Amino acid sequence: MTLDDFVVRAMIAGIGVALVAGPLGCFIVWRRMAFFGATMSHAALLGVSLAFLLNINVTLGIIGACTVTAAILLSLTRLKVLPTDALLGLLAHASLALGLVAISFQETLRVDLMSLLFGDILSVSRGDLLWILGGGAAALAVLAAIWRPLLSATVHEELALVEGVRVRLTHAAFVLVMAVVVAIAMKIVGLLLIISMLLIPPAVARRFARTPEVMAFVAALVGVLSVIGGLEASLAWDTPAGPSIVTTATILFVVSLPLSRALWRALFPKHTEAHHHDH
Amino acid sequence: MSINASPSADPSILIEAHGLTKRYGGQIALDAVELTLRRGELTTLIGPNGAGKTTLVRLLLGLERPSSGTVCVAEGARIGYVPQRIHVDDALPITVERFLSLGGAKRTTIETVLAEVGAVRVLNAALQTVSGGEMRRVLLARALLRDPDLLVLDEPTAGVDLNGQAELYDLINAVRRQKKCAVLLISHDLHVVMAATDHVLCLNHHVCCSGAPDAVSEHPEYLALFGPKAAQTHAVYTHDHDHAHTVAGDVVPLGSEQP
Repeated sequence: MTLDDFVVRAMIAGIGVALVAGPLGCFIVWRRMAFFGATMSHAALLGVSLAFLLNINVTLGIIGACTVTAAILLSLTRLKVLPTDALLGLLAHASLALGLVAISFQETLRVDLMSLLFGDILSVSRGDLLWILGGGAAALAVLAAIWRPLLSATVHEELALVEGVRVRLTHAAFVLVMAVVVAIAMKIVGLLLIISMLLIPPAVARRFARTPEVMAFVAALVGVLSVIGGLEASLAWDTPAGPSIVTTATILFVVSLPLSRALWRALFPKHTEAHHHDH
Repeated sequence: MSINASPSADPSILIEAHGLTKRYGGQIALDAVELTLRRGELTTLIGPNGAGKTTLVRLLLGLERPSSGTVCVAEGARIGYVPQRIHVDDALPITVERFLSLGGAKRTTIETVLAEVGAVRVLNAALQTVSGGEMRRVLLARALLRDPDLLVLDEPTAGVDLNGQAELYDLINAVRRQKKCAVLLISHDLHVVMAATDHVLCLNHHVCCSGAPDAVSEHPEYLALFGPKAAQTHAVYTHDHDHAHTVAGDVVPLGSEQP
């Protein structure tokens, strides 16, 4: 069990991403920014090709492309060029198409397109691991720092403004954190599946939480379980790793549904929890 | 053109607005509004729907920029804002206590203030399950936790039944006396306004009339806006007390089992 083992590296990388994707994803769910996140992740491909073109670090290229896309998106939303959902769809697929075209211009294709779209967690190198853990830790630190102002602005933006929260600055930091997480999650589940790592764990966690902080914590936990389960499944049945992680998360979501719990109770009546009515 | 913290010559002035104008596209929402809010005074903003009352409040709070004119806020003045409504998505699990702590307050303070507004019962309830009337009290508590010099309330009784309205107004008055803060109120409840206000500002894009309630209620522009029925309203603020007050200023309905 050393870092030389590709499975160990994959585990660490996946858990690293899951730990930050859960709490971040909570805000994406609360703020109804799922489409926004998906659009940002589609722009990641453009970042990859630009990184090759300009000969810079791929992760930095993705962070740059995602941030620029987010900035364009926010200003176009403010100008009311199109309804927001149409704008998001347009920008997502325009940037994906542009990314694919830009990549085809590379003289020798040095990247595996499938790994960009669906992730390649089993090929995580020591260098990748450094980026993922460093980027993940930085993203988590920023998220912790802006937690209260961001939560306050999420609950009621105007109340937050009147109380002196610097809402625009907080939003900018939040979007930057999203760009970083998209960039590091790219290697794990690929750009087409990133948004599911951000959405599914919070969706499971909602059922077990009464406070935002508990929901964020449980979401991180669910993400970690999905990574472990998905990787094990991938190794056992030779299924693609990224999609297996997302499938595991989806199974956890289905199991957490009230319908499933009702079914569980019907099948195993002895296991039902006793609860005391205090009213 | 902007929100300035200007040390006004008169220390009793909290907010001063001059020539405040706001246009949305070609539509003029506010036209050269003059307004002075003084420490400890209760000012009520009345006017028909779409008269620009909410716009004026948003400009005073700094949530929007005026097209022209100035808003001067006394340096260091703290404003507590009670929005008309709040919608929190079901996806966000949050208790009343956590919601109140978002302003930066500690748990013991939160409990005290929530008791003062008579809503300590919902301290640990999920925010989404709190009823309309209780929500107003929770929002009031959030504003009071800032220990405000000015309390801004946007139609605090909208959607609350008559008994609840009277209770809320009594609560606002009690809070105002206790905390000695100024209050700016947007209201539709003319009879209450005319009975309990120091200063009335009647708005219909421009300031129709302003002054003490008695003067305003006889002003021809006021009568034109609200009709002859409004002329009698200032006399009818008498309501039977159907509740009691605790020492803390709590409003406690009679016959309820609240402590």
